[in-house]
Amino acid sequence: MFAYYFGLALRSLKRNVVLTALMIAAIGVGIGASMTTLTMFRAMSGDPIPQKSTQLFAPQIDNWGPTKQHVVPGDSENFQEQISYFDAMNLMNAHPARRQSAMYATGLALTPANPQLLPFQVGVRAAYADFFPMFDVPFRYGAPWGADDDAARADVVVITPELNDRVFGGANSVGKVLNLDNRDYRVVGVLDKWQPIPKFYDLNNDKYGGGEDLYLPFTKAIDAHMESWGNRNCAGDFKPGWEGRIHSECIWIQFWAELPTAADAAHYRSFLNNYAAEQQRTGRFSWPPHTRLSDVREWLVHQHAVSDEVRILVLVSFSFLFVCLLNAMGLMLAKIMGRSGDISVRRALGANRRAVFSQCLIEAGVIGLAGGLLGLALTVLGLMALRSLLSDEVNRLTHLSATDIGLAVSLGVIATIIAGLYPTWRAVQVQPAWQLKAQ
Amino acid sequence: MELRPILSAMRRNKVGAILITVQMAVTLAILCNGLFIIQQRLTLSKRPSGMEETRLFVMSNQWVGEPPDLTARQEADLAALRSLPGVVAAYTTNSYPFSDGGSTEGCNLKPDQTHMTARCALYYADQQGLETLGLKLISGRNFTAAEVGIETGRDLAAPPAVIITRQLADQLFPGKSALGQSMYLETRRHGTLIVGIVDRLQVPWIGAGGWGSTFFENSMIEPYRYVAQYSHYVVRVKPGQLATVMQAAQKRLFEVNRGRILEKVRTIAEARAAGYRDDRGLAVILGVVCAALLAVTAFGIVGLTSYWVTQRRRQIGIRRALGATRSAITRYFQTENLLIASMGAALGIALAIALNLWMVRSFEMARLHLSYALIGALVVLLLGQLAVLWPALRASSVPPALATRSA
Repeated sequence: MFAYYFGLALRSLKRNVVLTALMIAAIGVGIGASMTTLTMFRAMSGDPIPQKSTQLFAPQIDNWGPTKQHVVPGDSENFQEQISYFDAMNLMNAHPARRQSAMYATGLALTPANPQLLPFQVGVRAAYADFFPMFDVPFRYGAPWGADDDAARADVVVITPELNDRVFGGANSVGKVLNLDNRDYRVVGVLDKWQPIPKFYDLNNDKYGGGEDLYLPFTKAIDAHMESWGNRNCAGDFKPGWEGRIHSECIWIQFWAELPTAADAAHYRSFLNNYAAEQQRTGRFSWPPHTRLSDVREWLVHQHAVSDEVRILVLVSFSFLFVCLLNAMGLMLAKIMGRSGDISVRRALGANRRAVFSQCLIEAGVIGLAGGLLGLALTVLGLMALRSLLSDEVNRLTHLSATDIGLAVSLGVIATIIAGLYPTWRAVQVQPAWQLKAQ
Repeated sequence: MELRPILSAMRRNKVGAILITVQMAVTLAILCNGLFIIQQRLTLSKRPSGMEETRLFVMSNQWVGEPPDLTARQEADLAALRSLPGVVAAYTTNSYPFSDGGSTEGCNLKPDQTHMTARCALYYADQQGLETLGLKLISGRNFTAAEVGIETGRDLAAPPAVIITRQLADQLFPGKSALGQSMYLETRRHGTLIVGIVDRLQVPWIGAGGWGSTFFENSMIEPYRYVAQYSHYVVRVKPGQLATVMQAAQKRLFEVNRGRILEKVRTIAEARAAGYRDDRGLAVILGVVCAALLAVTAFGIVGLTSYWVTQRRRQIGIRRALGATRSAITRYFQTENLLIASMGAALGIALAIALNLWMVRSFEMARLHLSYALIGALVVLLLGQLAVLWPALRASSVPPALATRSA
């Protein structure tokens, strides 16, 4: 029966090509626009580390107090997005979590072994050994450095597969040496492809990924006075030089802790409050404890990981889809009511309401399917257009996944069937006798 | 024109009329908010930076390692750049407008203030800074050679003199001249003298609603030659020589010393385009969506009205037979559309304002100017009339003789 209705639907659609084309075009354009923006929105608002997002936490400690003008627009609780080196070290030393790592972004100059080649810049993340197991970072060769390397401020690095390709031609480079700012570092591991989007652990720079070529011990980076390449915001005066920076209330360190259970998180929360209270007791803070512990999802909300631009575009394009569906609904209504005669003949010949109902809905579904496929093609075009219009950073978000493809087509079919419900209901209401008489 | 027959016909065709009304209302709401956002973003991307942006380029320089003779190296670089044929002026700095990286200070009136008077972006430049950037000095003077020192970015001594923007001057000293006054930098203890005021110089961060938007023109220039592992060279060239000097400058610097990385070598025009790319992109996308929306709505009206015309062929024939002229028939459909579109416009204006209010609350967004809603309403009304024209003309060509035939 379905095949028969499907054939009927095709024949009926062929009868009024212009109207059919208009409907399919309307739905296609609507789906294309909304899927284009939805793809970006999903990438921005997606969970970058789904298997662990409820176990990873970013602590925040207000070390500026309520009188200072803070720098995160829109954070209702007035927290800074980073913490000071002083607080980061105290959290590391107290070691209250299963795994934890202070971290920051920096950069170095890599001098290739071949003297013909010019030095080039590498983006660096300084972190502790826990960084890798904590974030489930996959390794192609070798392994992370160990806690002993952290303690020894060892000259070791873990490199990305892209850098490994560029410098070592993709071979297993564990044990090989890289010259970074005139110092030799030993490669202990090569990552597999790993790019959480958004880059939840540091949304300051390159928040949709990229910018990191290698990883080295945080202790080493501090020891070698590597400058932060991320944001650094300061309050209060501080002494000159690197030491002055280290002991200042400037905030420039990101910090993450792995807390597997709710009890661990609760425990960590009270630890943070006690820590802030202790700072108040020693006179460093002149305000009561003001701390926050956010898991990955909460963190992404606090840090506005989804840009306003994309929110606006999603809103606009779904309103657009709505208009397109209203449009298709009007056209379907016109089409179905124009066929009252046919329907009444079918009814008079014995088709029951259910049969008419399914026939009309299948026709709507066929339109939706065609619209969805057209929408998919337009989505591909739309994403290509976005890539040429928007910055490279945002471009990382414009990749269509299999889910997106399925979503586009099913959105087309489902939305059109919903839009087709009313016209179908009207078709079912057709009184065969009355119609036939009027003819 | 009799409205009564139109209204009673619409009552019999409620759903179709409602569909078009709602469609037009939503179209209008999106259209005027879209146009408003487009206008805002384009205005934003055209804001003057305060620099004379032609004939200006930048290079970011990263030394390999931390050479102990950094100061001498930087001097050699500057001397080499300044002696290049085609170069007008050049200096070295920590940051430049559009670079999207830099530092800020609390600019205060007294030492040890708990609330800062103004947040301001900090640029380092020597005596050639003003000339290189092409800033307009509206009062006071440039730095003297004696005032210019060396800053590594870690010393952060209070400079003997600063040049600030007019906006910062107005914020610090509203209603009086800032020239010759002292101000205090939050991270440094000593006061510093304001020796010059430039008309305008924007901060390095330009994104709409972003971190720089609250203090967009609060900039201050400190008289320092910036000596650090990573710094920027800013170079002004003679007319018509931008491309050649950019090439020559890179070549020359590698001749002076190979142990470096030169990156982000670009004209200020390119830096501006890159900085506002997403704003312009958003404007283009919204423009395309608005155009597509209008097209879809127009075709929807054409389709539905055509159907109504077909449905009413007999009635039209009867009206024609009873003496209605062709233009009376055309006018009928035009008036019908005008009625529907007016309802759509009224509903749409309300929807547009509601949408805007919601966006004002959720995003960094200004209040919609009412003129946009009115322009949008006009566009929607015109669109309706345009779309209905073809079906209406088709209706008017229905022959009166049709009335005598059965369907």
